[in-house]
Amino acid sequence: MSRERRTAALLLVPSLLLLLALFYLPQALLFAVSLGRRSAYGGVVRELSLDNYLRAREPLYLGILGRSLALATATTVVCLVAGFPVAWWLARRFPARFRSALVALIVLPLWTSFLVRMYAWIVLLRSEGIVNLALQAAGLPPVELLYNDAAVLIGQVYGELPFMILPLYVSLEKLDGALVEAAADCGASPTRAFESVVVPLALPGITAGCLLVFIPSLGAYLAPDLLGGGRSAYVGSLIQGQFAVARDMPFGAALSFVLSLVVLLLLLVFRRPLRAAQGLR
Amino acid sequence: MRGALAVRNLSKSYRGHPAVRDVTLDIAPGELVTLLGPSGCGKTTLLRLVAGFESPDVGSLSISELDMTSVPPHKRPVNTVFQHYALFPHRSVAGNVGFGLELRGLAPAEIERRVDQALALVRLEGLGGRGVHELSGGQKQRVALARALVLEPELLLLDEPMAALDPKLRHEMRVELKNLQERLGISFLFVTHDQDEALLLSDRIAVMDRGRIEQVDSPEALYERPRTRFVADFLGVQNLFRASVQDVGAGIARVATAGGLRLLAKDDGGYRTGAPVWIGLRAERVSLVERAANVLEGVIDDEIFLGDWTEWRVRTAGETVSVGEGNVLARDRSRGDAVTLWFPPEAVLRLDDGEAPA
Repeated sequence: MSRERRTAALLLVPSLLLLLALFYLPQALLFAVSLGRRSAYGGVVRELSLDNYLRAREPLYLGILGRSLALATATTVVCLVAGFPVAWWLARRFPARFRSALVALIVLPLWTSFLVRMYAWIVLLRSEGIVNLALQAAGLPPVELLYNDAAVLIGQVYGELPFMILPLYVSLEKLDGALVEAAADCGASPTRAFESVVVPLALPGITAGCLLVFIPSLGAYLAPDLLGGGRSAYVGSLIQGQFAVARDMPFGAALSFVLSLVVLLLLLVFRRPLRAAQGLR
Repeated sequence: MRGALAVRNLSKSYRGHPAVRDVTLDIAPGELVTLLGPSGCGKTTLLRLVAGFESPDVGSLSISELDMTSVPPHKRPVNTVFQHYALFPHRSVAGNVGFGLELRGLAPAEIERRVDQALALVRLEGLGGRGVHELSGGQKQRVALARALVLEPELLLLDEPMAALDPKLRHEMRVELKNLQERLGISFLFVTHDQDEALLLSDRIAVMDRGRIEQVDSPEALYERPRTRFVADFLGVQNLFRASVQDVGAGIARVATAGGLRLLAKDDGGYRTGAPVWIGLRAERVSLVERAANVLEGVIDDEIFLGDWTEWRVRTAGETVSVGEGNVLARDRSRGDAVTLWFPPEAVLRLDDGEAPA
């Protein structure tokens, strides 16, 4: 081993230890728990059975998983569509000297606890909330805004949007404007130039943004619980419920592994087309 | 006429700063016209206005006698070779060259045939499968050229295409580009800040300064008869004197420089008695001889060795004059030597200073 490689290996040791102690070890424990069985008083009886995983295949739970996939997909699509123009404008139109200030403004909401921001949405959306008061003042009938799927989507999009904008911004800022002009020069309309030059070159940013939004949204718990009123079950609430309410830790653990597995499978499925789109044509 | 460009009174400002001011320019079909000037003179902006990447504040332009003033770039019959080539990094060489053909909806076999043809034209046969990042600077430039030429533009725009090449390669590419242009018969509008490049390539050169075209002429005419102080200075006229016209007669103008030097100039019809004028004199047109019309006594003040020739700076009673002497003929001179210098009246150039009306 060369000197540089030894130094690099040594520098990796602290973070690897940390990862081992705080991630892999708990994951291993959780996996062991998921193979066990709930005891009469909510404890764990150690076993080596796949019963919990088989139970997760029941239609009830598959339906909940499906709802969560739908929420995560909708959140990702809305964030991408809403975030792209913002990132484009920020990276390519906005005067360079104010850019970092604006990026800071986009990140600013993250300084406040997500929980607090969800309560803020409740204040806005509830039946005597600001939106409905405004509607009333305008002589319009009040609308049921809170405790439904739309409210969950609003909260989720609001929370995840910065994580879409930032990677998009980074990749769009690097994009050479002359390439867009070159596309137009070759006869590409603005739409065609966007499709054939901007999107392929921004793909690393698009991929990163979508992953950063999709994965946390799949296991989202706070927005569904607070804005959805827990009325409609999503995987996040389901898992939380197994640990806190039903006191069925083995089943909760199994569900969280199923969730990880779904993410892993999706990554594998999308890896090929993403690579192809980024590669040579 | 296919390939003709007509620019009429074009102006463009950026936030109050004029970049192109009232420019009128014509290019005949098959002609190679160069926009020459220092950086910031507006030559690239003018090129971008022709390409359609910028829209003018005032004025109009037409290509092949069709008005293009408000036509978007993707609908103009022109193609551009960009300064840093702007090749698509996510496409192969063939993918770059074939991009415009794909957009036109041509059949894959036809695209392949024309891409191969274009690559052969720029001597890159067989490199179609390469990635753009695998190419050298010279090869990238050829790909950019092929990408523009494959679309058979009526007018090809080139924005300092040689700027990123090393000097030896630059010379080769100039010769090659000139041959290609003559063979294809396409009109070229070529932007450069390099006067040697402009003199070598161009049918006509438009010298630009501060957003205006100062003079449009053939390379020979521009070199021999620069009309303004700026053009003379930019094309390397070493001696520039402020002067006034004493009298004009019999085809000869007598001028006196601000330093008190009295010179004879061949009257081109532009000298007016009593009027202020700028006088330019190329160092290589001044000889160190015994007697003649413009005979000046002086002392060698400075010697600048330039390889093939030496520039002597001779302090005369009035101005200090640069004198070029080929080193083949050079005699043994040194600083402080008393010399007499001479130059013919034809060598004395009358120049507008660019402020007074012509």
